[in-house]
Amino acid sequence: MQKTYDVAIIGAGAVGTAIARELSRYKLNTILLEAKPDVGMGTTKANTAIWHTGFDAQPGTLEAQLLRRSYALMQDYVPEAGIPTEPLGGLLVAWNEEQRQALPALRDRAHANGVTDVRIISPEEVYRLEPNLNQGARGGLFVPGESLICPFTLPLAFATQALLNGVTLKLNFPVQNVRQGEGVTLVEGPEETVRARYLVNAAGLYSDEIDHMLGHYDFTVTPRRGELIVYDKFARSLVNHIILPVPTAKTKGVLISPTVYGNVLLGPTAEDLEDKTNTATSEAGLAMLLEKGRAILPRLLDEEVTATYAGLRAATEHKDYQIRLHGDQRYVCVGGIRSTGVSAAMGIAEYVGELLAEAGLTLLPKPEFKTIRMPNIGEAGPRPYQQPERIAQNPDYGRMVCHCEKVSLGEILDAIHSPLPARTLDGLRRRTRAMQGRCQGFNCQAHITAILARETGQSPRFLLSLDVAKELPS
Amino acid sequence: MSIAQTDVLIVGAGPAGLASAIQLKRQGVARVTVVDREPEAGGMPRLCHHTGFGVWDFHRLYTGPQYARRYVALARELDVELLTETTIIGWHSERALTFTSPRGLGAIEARAILLATGVRERPRAARLVPGYRPRGVFTTGSLQRFVDEEHLPVGRRAVIVGAEGVSLSAFMTLTGAGVAVAAMITEFPRDQLYFPYAPAKWWLMHVRHPTPIRTSTRVTRILGRKRVEGVEVESLSTGQRQVIPCDTVVFTGDWIPEYEVARKGELTMDAGTKGPRVDGQFRTSAPGVFAAGNLLRGAETAATSAMEGRFAAGHIADFLAGRAWPRRRLPILPQSPIIWVFPNTISDSDDPTRLKRVTFRVAKFIDDAVVQVRQGHKVLHEQRFRHLLPNETMGMKGNWLARVDFNGDPPQVILAG
Ligand SMILES: Cc1cc2nc3c(=O)[nH]c(=O)nc-3n(C[C@H](O)[C@H](O)[C@H](O)COP(=O)(O)OP(=O)(O)OC[C@H]3O[C@@H](n4cnc5c(N)ncnc54)[C@H](O)[C@@H]3O)c2cc1C
Ligand SMILES: Cc1cc2nc3c(=O)[nH]c(=O)nc-3n(C[C@H](O)[C@H](O)[C@H](O)COP(=O)(O)OP(=O)(O)OC[C@H]3O[C@@H](n4cnc5c(N)ncnc54)[C@H](O)[C@@H]3O)c2cc1C
Repeated sequence: MQKTYDVAIIGAGAVGTAIARELSRYKLNTILLEAKPDVGMGTTKANTAIWHTGFDAQPGTLEAQLLRRSYALMQDYVPEAGIPTEPLGGLLVAWNEEQRQALPALRDRAHANGVTDVRIISPEEVYRLEPNLNQGARGGLFVPGESLICPFTLPLAFATQALLNGVTLKLNFPVQNVRQGEGVTLVEGPEETVRARYLVNAAGLYSDEIDHMLGHYDFTVTPRRGELIVYDKFARSLVNHIILPVPTAKTKGVLISPTVYGNVLLGPTAEDLEDKTNTATSEAGLAMLLEKGRAILPRLLDEEVTATYAGLRAATEHKDYQIRLHGDQRYVCVGGIRSTGVSAAMGIAEYVGELLAEAGLTLLPKPEFKTIRMPNIGEAGPRPYQQPERIAQNPDYGRMVCHCEKVSLGEILDAIHSPLPARTLDGLRRRTRAMQGRCQGFNCQAHITAILARETGQSPRFLLSLDVAKELPS
Repeated sequence: MSIAQTDVLIVGAGPAGLASAIQLKRQGVARVTVVDREPEAGGMPRLCHHTGFGVWDFHRLYTGPQYARRYVALARELDVELLTETTIIGWHSERALTFTSPRGLGAIEARAILLATGVRERPRAARLVPGYRPRGVFTTGSLQRFVDEEHLPVGRRAVIVGAEGVSLSAFMTLTGAGVAVAAMITEFPRDQLYFPYAPAKWWLMHVRHPTPIRTSTRVTRILGRKRVEGVEVESLSTGQRQVIPCDTVVFTGDWIPEYEVARKGELTMDAGTKGPRVDGQFRTSAPGVFAAGNLLRGAETAATSAMEGRFAAGHIADFLAGRAWPRRRLPILPQSPIIWVFPNTISDSDDPTRLKRVTFRVAKFIDDAVVQVRQGHKVLHEQRFRHLLPNETMGMKGNWLARVDFNGDPPQVILAG
């Protein structure tokens, strides 16, 4: 008889991995199912990487509540697990009279959300905080609690800790159908069916489709594309805070923010699409960003662009998260985690645990909940190449493989041989920053491909996706 | 942190750095240290496994790796200290650099520093080419490392973006690796494969592997999700767009100096070259700090970089012997469509009679051009050119440098008329 898990979670983004980690503190058999070859490859890897306070959430919504709860939980977790972060604070800038007049309401909303340190500042103070800003700022709202976070390390940390505490992770497992049996749910992949008593749907953009499989039609996900431009590290000194626009109903708007890797982000755009896989950047999107960037911080455009990318928000017709317990089906749907899911994941996970308990799942804490510590890939903490003790122990930490991001051979090998190992070039990128720098692999991509092939026994043709290449006309 | 001492510290063991080190030794400088972040010295030519190197400096035709080995051997013979796997990560003081290496961290203090850190090609992202991010997108540099260093497969059918010297280098690497080249694309109305590349172009791209060069064309999008499936190109004359199927795209040229060390040291940078500003003696804005090679202005031939390194050595030796650092410097500013001028600074202690030539680059093909150098309202120099060519370094006379007034505005190099 095949094993029956207590809980199956579909989707290993920030939300699914956080739920897996949360459940791993209890005496449960949990399985995490992910369609892609790694965790954190969906929307979680392509966003603006801000750890939000929730200051601008609609008060009274579940989103506002869970963001606040998550903020408190992350205050402990982020240092414990070594997630790269930088507490820079956000500066919302009003560029015209209408926007300036909107500031008091935004401050009041922040206070209503319990973010009480938010305050309105004068144009003089705006320029004191951000001297490189374009002319014309009318005032601003300062949000001290907004921080930068590494959206790559976060889901890896959640998943690694979950694994360490007994969760089973199945990658390359695209759930194709869900059937309900007697006291058990059958989760079907292409080659295998997983049995579980309880089901959590954290499938991001596809959460509505999984929901349909269980007979619910509460919401529809419309992918809302956000394109971003990453600027060179030499732009970093131009920006001190997360520079936010005054939000509109549809979007938080285009911001300029440093990243924990020491670059500067410009974006995102907001455009509703139909294709849930369309993470391509577009001519119009990039052109729009350049225009906005020039208007906010003209000198930014003098620096080189390091990368461009696009992510898809799981927007729905509703204004709030779509988290619902269907007790009779022992099923929790976690959908519509639109534009704050990285920040809210821990709060969502705790809440999902409560919902499962409400549905009858027994949550008995394990005697020991093992903690973890992730390799630091942020600029705020010391990196291996800066640590003489580590290099003395293992010279590979002083052997640079990716020069632009100063990634050592030691870190590459660690990532390939970690408990949740990198198996693809993209996986290495997210674990180490290798190939993410200004030369985009001019110097290191070939060498890293060779190392990955050698260490994992995979063929370079496979790593380079040469096998999937279509037949070409000659 | 331990601080080592040397007379001259050179960052970058490419042709510029090594040629300079060799010359410094020949001029009797006692301790010359060259550091490079790569496991082997030799710089970019190590990766160019085709011929075309060495004619100027060794009067022989070498492949890139042979040429690199020749320089390394010479440097070794002359007791140049070569430290590989040594990455400069910052400035310890005005005349000392910090490094990381498998041996640990440290600093090297010198009486003079030469930066010769080379260039990289502007990758796809920096060119803002939209689309997905599939595998199969290269620069010439990454391509050559795939093929010649790691012996990895690249693809079956490629499009080369760019039609200048380095694009031909990519062409040779691709065809050598059995990859068909579907087209070479350039935004200019003509290719820029001038002498000495023209015969090679004829032989390789017309006779051996007939390949279209699509002029006045730009890349507007990359197709494919996991792997490149094609590039969308636009004709700049008709606005028409079309997809060229391919599984590999190589972005060539469009150089950016590898300026990390220079900028971390807050050297004055030039907006045109994007490298540090130097005068005719390769002196940067920081006393005792010199720069040479491709770092100064994007890629030239290895020989040009080596020659600059050698010339810089003479000036470094003079500086060590007590020649004063200039007190006054004026930038020389190009105006569009002139992209850069070199040298891009003139100092009060330059000896203008030694600078016979000033070089520059333009952004497009211009026929019957008149280039002027002006300072305020005064025309210092005027020179006619039958043709000005993009992606080619042009030369003008340098005698006007002697006429620059240090109390005046920065001289401007403009296209008259
Ligand atoms: C442009 C942009 C900017 C943003 N900025 C921020 C920000 O600054 N701060 C912030 O907190 N949030 C931000 N967000 C929102 C945040 O990125 C998302 O809310 C969050 O990543 C959602 O996580 P998730 O786990 O729900 O979804 P995902 O990361 O998409 O994870 C869902 C996973 O489910 C898997 N899956 C789907 N279907 C199946 C199936 N059938 N079988 C198996 N697996 C399946 C997918 O492969 C995927 O890995 C931004 C979003 C965008 C697009
Ligand atoms: C693809 C390609 C094809 C070419 N083909 C030809 C050709 O056919 N014929 C020809 O004559 N020329 C060719 N060239 C040009 C020639 O290679 C260069 O002109 C020459 O190498 C420039 O020499 P350099 O010393 O200035 O820089 P490089 O050779 O680039 O050397 C710079 C060195 O600095 C090191 N470095 C950089 N930063 C640091 C740091 N922080 N710490 C330590 N070390 C550092 C680098 O590792 C590198 O080794 C080609 C160039 C390229 C890129």
